Amino acid sequence: MMPKRVGMEVSIAASEAVRLANVDAIAAYPITPQTHIVEHLSEFVANGELDAEFIPVESEHSAMSVCCGTSAAGARTFTCTSSQGLALMSEIVFIASAMQLPIVMILANRSLSGPLSIWNDHTDVMLVRDCGWIQTFGENGQEIFDLTLCGFKIAEDHRVVLPFMVNMDGFILSHVIEPVEILDQETVDKFLPVYKPVYRLDPDNPVTMGAFAMPDLYTETKKAQDERLKASKPVIEEVWKEYGELTGRYYHPIETYKTDGAKTLFVTMGGFSETASTAVDMMREEGEAVGLCKIRLWRPFPYEDFWNAVKGVETLIVIDRATSYGGPGGPVASELRSALYTWDNAPKVVDFIAGLAGRDVAPRNYKEMYQRAQARIASGDIAGYEIYGVRE
Amino acid sequence: MKPVDQMTWKDLNIGCVITEAGNAAEYKSGDWRSMRPIWDKDRCIQCGVCYIFCPDAAIYKTEDNYFEANLYYCKGCGICVRECVTGAIRLVEEEE
Repeated sequence: MMPKRVGMEVSIAASEAVRLANVDAIAAYPITPQTHIVEHLSEFVANGELDAEFIPVESEHSAMSVCCGTSAAGARTFTCTSSQGLALMSEIVFIASAMQLPIVMILANRSLSGPLSIWNDHTDVMLVRDCGWIQTFGENGQEIFDLTLCGFKIAEDHRVVLPFMVNMDGFILSHVIEPVEILDQETVDKFLPVYKPVYRLDPDNPVTMGAFAMPDLYTETKKAQDERLKASKPVIEEVWKEYGELTGRYYHPIETYKTDGAKTLFVTMGGFSETASTAVDMMREEGEAVGLCKIRLWRPFPYEDFWNAVKGVETLIVIDRATSYGGPGGPVASELRSALYTWDNAPKVVDFIAGLAGRDVAPRNYKEMYQRAQARIASGDIAGYEIYGVRE
Repeated sequence: MKPVDQMTWKDLNIGCVITEAGNAAEYKSGDWRSMRPIWDKDRCIQCGVCYIFCPDAAIYKTEDNYFEANLYYCKGCGICVRECVTGAIRLVEEEE
C-alpha cells in the first residue's frame, strides 16, 4: 500500500513517528517550541493509541534523568526539549551518552536566554556539541519524521547503542503545516524490530551502571566513548540506505545541491537549507557558479564525506546560527576550518552568523552574503566572522 | 576481570557496565589511610559500638570476641575512636 501524503503540522508528524516507533516510555517537560510534540504524545497515551508510560516531570533535568532510568531498564525511550530545557537537562545529557543509553530526543532548536527569546537558532544544540550523542539535522517535516524513526533503529543497534538527537528548527519547522508521508504500522514494525537491550537493569541478573572511575580508568572510558561514536557512522549510513530502499527517501551524512561546476558553496544545517536551495536556484539563473552543501550528520562529523563534497571548490560560505563569543568563528565554521586545515588546496571559508533568534534570512540575503564574501576575499580579509544583517 | 589499572579501552563493556556483582569488595580503600586504629583490650568491654558505626564495615569481631580493623578496607577515618564508649581505641600514625 502506498503511504498517503498528509498535510500536517511538523510537530504532529514528529509525534506520529514516535507513536509508530511504539515507544515504551516518554518523559518530557513542555517548553516552546517543542510543546506540541509532547502534547500529542500525551494524548496518544491517554487515548490508548500508544501503549507507553508517559511520565510527567517537574523539570527537564528530571525528564532526562527519568529517560536514563527507563532506558536502563530496557524501555524504548523518547523525550524532546528546546533551549533552556536542554540547558537544564544538559548534565544528564552527557551521562546518557557515557552510559550508552539509546534514548531518542528531538530538539526543537531555539535560542538561549538572554535576552529571553523563544525563536529559532542553533545556540541550544551548540551548547551540547560535545555531549557524545549522535546529532542530526532535518530541513523539513518529512525529514524530521524519517530521521526520528531511523533514530531508534540506529540508536538501538548493538554496534552503536548511543543516544540519538534529531534537530528540528523551532517554529520554522515545528509550527508549520507541510505535506508529510506517514508510514503504516506494519511497514514500521518490519523496519524497526522490538528493542533488545544489550544490558538492562534486571534483579535476576544484576549489573552496575554508571559506576565511578578513578584517574587510572577515566581516560580509557573516554577513548571507548569516542571510538564508539565514530564507529556509529557506517551503521547510520546502513540504516539510512535501508530506509531509502523502503521509502525512496535516501539520507546521507553530507548532502549537496547543484554543486556541479560550482566555485562557491553555501554550507547550512537544518531548515535554512531549503531557503538556501531557493537562493542557489535564483543565483544559478543569474549565472553565478554557486551550490549548496548541507550537513545532515553533525556528530559523528563526516570528515571524508565533507571533503568529497567540497574538494575543488574555491569558497565555502558558512551560515552559522550561533555565536562563539570572542572565538575564532561560529561553531560550524570553526570546525570546518579545522577539518580543512591539513588538506592541500582547501577552499577559503567565509563565515556569517545569521538568522539568530528567528531573524529571517531570505534568498536575497544569501545573494548579499555571496557578494560580501566576494568582496572580503578580494580585500584579503576572511578571518573571523561577520554577524550578518546587524544594525551598525 | 583485569585489575583496573591494566584495562585498556577495548576491555570496557558497552556504557562501562559492570557485569560482575560485588566487585567493589576488591577495591582497597585502605590505601587512603594515614592513621590506623589500635584497640586496648584492657579497656574494651566488647560492646561492638565500633563495629556498628564503621562506615566501611571494615571492623570485624575476633575469635576472642574483641574487635579489629581489616586494614585492606579501613580508611583510618577515626569514627570508631570517636564513638568508643570506654575510649579503648586510638589512632596511631602508619609509620609507627
